[in-house]
Amino acid sequence: MKEFVTITIDDQEIKARPGEYIVDAARRNGIYIPTLCNMSGVKPAGSCRICTVNVNGRLMTSCTTPVAEGMEIETISQEIADFRKTVVELLLIEGNHFCPSCEKSGNCELQALGYRFEVMVPRFPYQFPKRDIDASNPKLIKDHNRCVLCKRCIRTILDEEGHHIFAFRYRGHQLQITIDPEYGMNMTDELAQKAAKNCPVGALLYRGKHGFEIPIGKRKYDKEPIGSDIEKLKKVKIS
Amino acid sequence: MDIKRVENIVANYNRDKTRLMDMLIDIQTEAGYIPAGAIPVIAKQTDTSQAYVEQTVSFYHFFRREPSGKYTVFLNSSVVANMMGRDKVARTFEEEAGCKFGEVTEDGLIGLFDTACIGMSDQEPAALINGKVFTRLTPFRVREIIRNMKKGNSLDELSTSGYGGGKNASELIRAEVRNNVQRQGPVMENDYTPGTVLREKLKHFSPDEVIWEIKLSEIRGRGGAGFPTGLKWEFCRRARGEKKYIFCNADEGEPGTFKDRVLLTEYPELMFEGMTLAAYAVGASEGILYIRYEYKYLENYLKHVLEKMRQQNLLGKNIAGKEGFDFDIRIQYGAGAYVCGEESALLESAEGKRGEPRFKPPFPVEKGYLGYPTVINNVETLCTAVKIMQFGSEWYRSLGTQESRGTKILSISGDCRYPGIYEMEWGYSVNDILDMAGAYDVQAVQVGGPSGSLIGPDEFDRIICYSDLATGGSFIIFNNTRDILKDVVMNFMEFFIEESCGSCVPCRNIPWLLKQKLEKILQGHGVWKDIEDMEEWAGMMRINRCGLGQTAANPVVSSLKNFRALYEEKIQKGKRFDEGFNLEKAVIESCEAVGRTPLI
Repeated sequence: MKEFVTITIDDQEIKARPGEYIVDAARRNGIYIPTLCNMSGVKPAGSCRICTVNVNGRLMTSCTTPVAEGMEIETISQEIADFRKTVVELLLIEGNHFCPSCEKSGNCELQALGYRFEVMVPRFPYQFPKRDIDASNPKLIKDHNRCVLCKRCIRTILDEEGHHIFAFRYRGHQLQITIDPEYGMNMTDELAQKAAKNCPVGALLYRGKHGFEIPIGKRKYDKEPIGSDIEKLKKVKIS
Repeated sequence: MDIKRVENIVANYNRDKTRLMDMLIDIQTEAGYIPAGAIPVIAKQTDTSQAYVEQTVSFYHFFRREPSGKYTVFLNSSVVANMMGRDKVARTFEEEAGCKFGEVTEDGLIGLFDTACIGMSDQEPAALINGKVFTRLTPFRVREIIRNMKKGNSLDELSTSGYGGGKNASELIRAEVRNNVQRQGPVMENDYTPGTVLREKLKHFSPDEVIWEIKLSEIRGRGGAGFPTGLKWEFCRRARGEKKYIFCNADEGEPGTFKDRVLLTEYPELMFEGMTLAAYAVGASEGILYIRYEYKYLENYLKHVLEKMRQQNLLGKNIAGKEGFDFDIRIQYGAGAYVCGEESALLESAEGKRGEPRFKPPFPVEKGYLGYPTVINNVETLCTAVKIMQFGSEWYRSLGTQESRGTKILSISGDCRYPGIYEMEWGYSVNDILDMAGAYDVQAVQVGGPSGSLIGPDEFDRIICYSDLATGGSFIIFNNTRDILKDVVMNFMEFFIEESCGSCVPCRNIPWLLKQKLEKILQGHGVWKDIEDMEEWAGMMRINRCGLGQTAANPVVSSLKNFRALYEEKIQKGKRFDEGFNLEKAVIESCEAVGRTPLI
């Protein structure tokens, strides 16, 4: 197998590792493609669609598409920008996201994406769905109002024998996350904390810790916009 | 149902979690629903979690979580059913049974539920009652059926109108379904002796030569996507894998499509032979017919056909005397999910999971069922492949047009004299087809089902072929009395909302938002901006993962393009934007109802 493949992202030639996903190749080269459901090193879900880019003239999600020699990728265009903003807006109107009362505010990826893509008032009407908060689990609080159905908990939280603790239920507009009644009850503290940490929004909260240990204003995205860490790589390289 | 019985069912499938669909279908069939107590047992026996089992159970429409009546009625709610008098039929069901749709009678005898198109558009209104199909329903027949239910009669005794034509009347099917074959062509001809190609032709053709012949014929997939069949087989042949699979996609779920139902009823040997031919070509050892739950009434018959083919050495070991050519087929049922007709969602479902489409690459020909290289072909494609081998690619290329070779089986329904299936060469115009089916005063035709396009008379000279109007075969005709927005577009949007798997953000939300806009317009509250929004929002569906998601806004896109005047007529004249809310006006009706005068 070849050591690297050459791809072009927005007219910039990049050497990528064979088999790696477009989003990872871009990231290593200081090009920020927004992601939400994606987590580095975890099998992609390709469900939020925010990382959609134009690959050789076709719209593809960069988190699920492996690089191939000669690929021409466009991430900067009016169309792509609009898709990104649309996804954020759809997620905001689909659930009930009240940032001021949410413990995750400042560390929330959805909120950070909203800022980054300058979402002022979503073009879609707020749906204000009636959703429950499930507090039956001893370690986690599951707030369906905030869930973005990214599948991160489904994909990453398994017990030692590989049993899935989280799963989807229903389909389409009714889709929601469930916690297994048996394995969920016996979840270790470590796993519960991991679940809360992996959740990009405030839908899974760990009960053992209160939510405001780090005050608002000093949190991750309070300091700089989402994606800045990636874009810094590029600035370093150029200088 | 006791725990022992659930354990037995799970054991029948070797406690293999990839056979979860089969386990659940067996439980559903036996108990009439999936008892809550069964889920922990299945989870334990298959070494999965309850949440894992639950996510499959809750995905499929036909898996019921509560007792759904000794007689469970699923009355089709598709657009054609509505056109053919579903409303009266549904009301009669409710009156006679004594419960509403979505409910079960107090004594637990009868449950009434809606369901999406069940593949009977040529004989609507139709219903599934405990898996058995009842077609051409009228209020009179409904009263009869309910009366017989109250007597506790068997399903067979509920069928008072006799059995349908062809094999439908056979001992193994006994269904009221009619075939309505209006026009036969080379794929649907009656004098083919099953096994001829396997016995006579394979002697002279190596697997590579079979693929070459199929490629030369230029046949493209008949399910709708139109991928070249020969190329698909070649990719799979070249893919590396310990074993390979052939799938036949009989999850015919596009509303208005029913051609596969007829092929499965009248020509199942041909379809199975096509699977076997594909297996020979790509080197596969196992085949699976994935068939929608709605066609479960064919189960005993199809099993019988498979058994007969095994006895005739057309399946099994050393097929047709070819040393080392071993192949067999099993049947896998779905459980009510349109999205499973998408090939990768179909594979997920066949592996016992939710029918969520996979992302591609990798394509199924490289990594398909259980990770093995897999060919997935439509029923019609497989039937046609056998005929191509019988008469040769040269013959096949002489049919149809330059870039759309051969014939296509159309499912024609709606406002016409002769609904049914028509095998036609590609290249006829929509006008030709309407004239053939006896359709007059036509306002619109939905070509290719809800995910296809809705066209008006100014486009009836368009040609049915891949380069102009491509279609998987559904052809629904609407005459001038139909309300396109209310009866057609709204029904289709509700269908897509119901059938989205929910994985992709746009597909989960945009059809829902479009429906709200459409409701607003139909109520007379629409403004110009609403039409513009609908157009813009529908465009966002392009970033969805699968074909369903990408086309789920097509009813709106297509009607806005071709029937824009209908929208413009219904919006408030001269209003571009919503101009705020008039409280006084909004409360007039409720004030009248309670006899108050508005305070403001």
